[in-house]
Amino acid sequence: MTIKVSMKVNGKAASAEVEARTLLVTLIRENLRLTGTHVGCDTAQCGACTVLMNGKAIKSCSIVAMQAEGAEIMTIEGVARPDGSLHPMQAAFKENHGLQCGFCTPGMVMNALDFARSHPNPTEQEVRESLEGNLCRCTGYHNIVKSIMAGAKAMGGKI
Amino acid sequence: MSTSLIGARVQRKEDYRFLTGAGQYTDDVELPHQSYAAFVRSPHAHAVLKKVNIEKAKKAPGVLAVYTGTDLANAKVGGLPCGWLITDVKGQPMKEPPYPPLAQGKVRHVGERVAVVIAETLAQARDAAELVEVDYQVLPAVVDAAKASKGPKLHDIAPDNTCYVWALGDKAAVDAAFAKAAHVTRLDLVNNRLIPNAIEPRSANAVYSRAGDDYTLYVASQNPHVERLLMTAFVLGLPESKVRVVAPDVGGGFGSKIYLYPEDVVVTWASKQLNRAVKWTAERSESFLSDAHGRDHVTTAELALDKDGKFLAMRVQTTANLGAYLSTFASCIPTILYATLLAGQYTTPLIYCEVTSVFTNTAPVDAYRGAGRPEATYVVERLVETAAREMKLDPVEIRRRNFIRQFPYQTPVALQYDTGDYDATLDAVLKLADVAGFPSRKQQSLKSGKLRGIGYACYIEACGIAPSNVAGSLGARAGLFEAGEIRVHPTGTVTVFTGSHSHGQGHETTFAQVVAERLGLPMEAVEIVHGDTSKVLFGMGTYGSRSIAVGGTAIVKALDKIVAKGKKIAAHLMEAAESDIEYDKGVFKVAGTDKKKMFGEVAFAAYVPHNYPLDKLEPGLNENAFYDPANFTFPAGSYVCEVEVDKETGATTIAAFTAVDDFGRIINPMIVEGQVHGGLAQGIGQALTEGCRYEDSGQLVTGSFLDYCIPRAGDVPSFKLDTRETACTHNPLGVKGCGEAGAIGAPAAVMNAITDALGVKDLPMPATAQTVWRSMHKAA
Repeated sequence: MTIKVSMKVNGKAASAEVEARTLLVTLIRENLRLTGTHVGCDTAQCGACTVLMNGKAIKSCSIVAMQAEGAEIMTIEGVARPDGSLHPMQAAFKENHGLQCGFCTPGMVMNALDFARSHPNPTEQEVRESLEGNLCRCTGYHNIVKSIMAGAKAMGGKI
Repeated sequence: MSTSLIGARVQRKEDYRFLTGAGQYTDDVELPHQSYAAFVRSPHAHAVLKKVNIEKAKKAPGVLAVYTGTDLANAKVGGLPCGWLITDVKGQPMKEPPYPPLAQGKVRHVGERVAVVIAETLAQARDAAELVEVDYQVLPAVVDAAKASKGPKLHDIAPDNTCYVWALGDKAAVDAAFAKAAHVTRLDLVNNRLIPNAIEPRSANAVYSRAGDDYTLYVASQNPHVERLLMTAFVLGLPESKVRVVAPDVGGGFGSKIYLYPEDVVVTWASKQLNRAVKWTAERSESFLSDAHGRDHVTTAELALDKDGKFLAMRVQTTANLGAYLSTFASCIPTILYATLLAGQYTTPLIYCEVTSVFTNTAPVDAYRGAGRPEATYVVERLVETAAREMKLDPVEIRRRNFIRQFPYQTPVALQYDTGDYDATLDAVLKLADVAGFPSRKQQSLKSGKLRGIGYACYIEACGIAPSNVAGSLGARAGLFEAGEIRVHPTGTVTVFTGSHSHGQGHETTFAQVVAERLGLPMEAVEIVHGDTSKVLFGMGTYGSRSIAVGGTAIVKALDKIVAKGKKIAAHLMEAAESDIEYDKGVFKVAGTDKKKMFGEVAFAAYVPHNYPLDKLEPGLNENAFYDPANFTFPAGSYVCEVEVDKETGATTIAAFTAVDDFGRIINPMIVEGQVHGGLAQGIGQALTEGCRYEDSGQLVTGSFLDYCIPRAGDVPSFKLDTRETACTHNPLGVKGCGEAGAIGAPAAVMNAITDALGVKDLPMPATAQTVWRSMHKAA
């Protein structure tokens, strides 16, 4: 048995027929084919699936699609400007070499967007604490921390 | 171009797609009409498969097929091969038990594949996998390397669970040196078992085409050509021309994606049976259970010294855990890539190392970032630091008294170092880490209830394993060269095909810098292609920090051929002698004149050969090269770690970590620093947080990110880095490689710091708060 769920994804109306057990991340990746949101674990630890739901960073592997009924979702595909130029947080990751293999990166950026809104000028310690729920195996976090500090400044508290 | 691209912090070409969600990893690949595989895995570490009943699963909704090991055996699908034959101390070949892709008769570790269910949807495949009924007769298991030889037998071919006993060095001479030593330092060390955990789980998606009777496999792999070679020649018995392997964007590897895995074979084989694409992606729990693990050594190590702290000899006895089956390169890691590194940066004249490698009821163990070299560095640098403490010598001074200073240097363990300057990296790190200020920082820490310790590690590593003929004589069953191709297009832009693979290292940028600099073209005129056997002529892939030293050099060799042919064409166009043509920054010139032709003009002439020496020269401008290095490269460096230990809780934090490395010439310092950061974090992870644990019954206790702690952002500090440079003497770029250094040097530096803080001789890794607390309370 399937159920129809509807939501706004990256500013556009989206709907899909899903099972009750279908996770939001599955809807995003499989039904909407937005594959920038990744799955890196099955215990809500790694944060690769992080998206914004009604402006808040959430792990899309940890809620079922139906819970997002009527919500506004932003995925990594919706972050860059309409002309394709990078958002200041994305640009900060590029400038500071805050990514290597790129797999955790979308989750890092989405989490950072939410964090930076309330922390326009964060300390290193605050940034490291904000990354509690996002794992990276490539960068040793050094340049991710630098990227988020720079990106937050550039954002000035606004997504 | 006025400034050189070599040594420039060029931002990465690959970043845009990763930052906008446009990367394409294997699980992002959707093939028309694809089906989904779910593997039924053994819940037992050791059991006889009495019966596998697949009838209920076959009838479940959406199920297309269920296969077991019997089906694969009937179809003559072979076992997975091991790529390195070790010859034991008696001259006998190692024991090579069969490694069937799906279990036959017996299972030997938790997570081993018993059957595969393929269905229309992933949910259907997983649901049906629950319906496969397996009747197991559970057998006793052994998981500890040290207990393996007396444990229950895994394979008939190896009754004492021993794959081989191997040795390197002159035992009699070493024993004689120990007998005369003024001081002997001895340590019993465990190099803790690690689970690599690239954040992208393994994934494979295979499709068969009846039209061409051929296969395409998308797979998260570090070396698609090796994957194809092993799969076609040894397992499926297919011509390589019938299999295309694509490793698209790959989300980290660290060694764990070098190997040919059973799941890759099964989905490829099944795609023909079903005439459908078959896709499988690991859940993280499957990664924990079935990716190749790393390290897992139990070692007794001794260092003999004279009264002045000069090293006389080293004696090392190691038992290495290989897990239940021989993974692709498992056999050479605790031998060829371990014992040969025991000289470190020192002139120790005599070294003997004996390695017993054993089978246990655990996941296979193979190369993980550093692969043998972190284990060797841990032995050497823990011994050296402990010896200094025992002899009341400064740990820096004891190192200086033993540094190698003349190059080339032949070690007693087979390697010949071409170049290095160990004083330079040590001097630099002492300054950068402000070692002189350590005593006052220690006092400061004490005031806030923290014990502060300092630890050093001076590591050496051997990268770009080579040459092929020497490796072959030591048992390698593959070549160790790399291939590259330069395709110049008619308009003068360039596509470069490399057999190296990038899964985070940034080859698309670094390699483009090399090509753009050499040809005098803008970066935008150079594209790097990798990871597809249908595009790239051949390749051995990425492991052992070999990409720039071996893959980069293959590209340079091909570039030389391009320039040589370009000179011939330019000579014709300018009616000059070929020997008078010079090439500089994108321009062919006739020496001593103002005659010149741009690179693009020469390229155009090669493809529109109207004015062209067709009687002497083929049209086109496309060259390839294979490069087999004359020697390893030998990156080295000095690390200083300062820790703070909370006296109440035992919690240890890295107060500062400073690293000075010599990677030879550096193409892109930004990328190199990133590689060091990542390596350091993995090395710190090994020392502080990561430890794979199996119960005695063979159940994996650390089977999720909740139980196995890879470092989080709060577990590591910001790093202080610098480099010194001695150019590699035997490749044209002077490069050495940087991918593994951090993971090699960090564990010893961290543990030397913690043991310094606590004033104890040794402590097991990972030094969790509990481990440290227990140590403090036993000591008290």
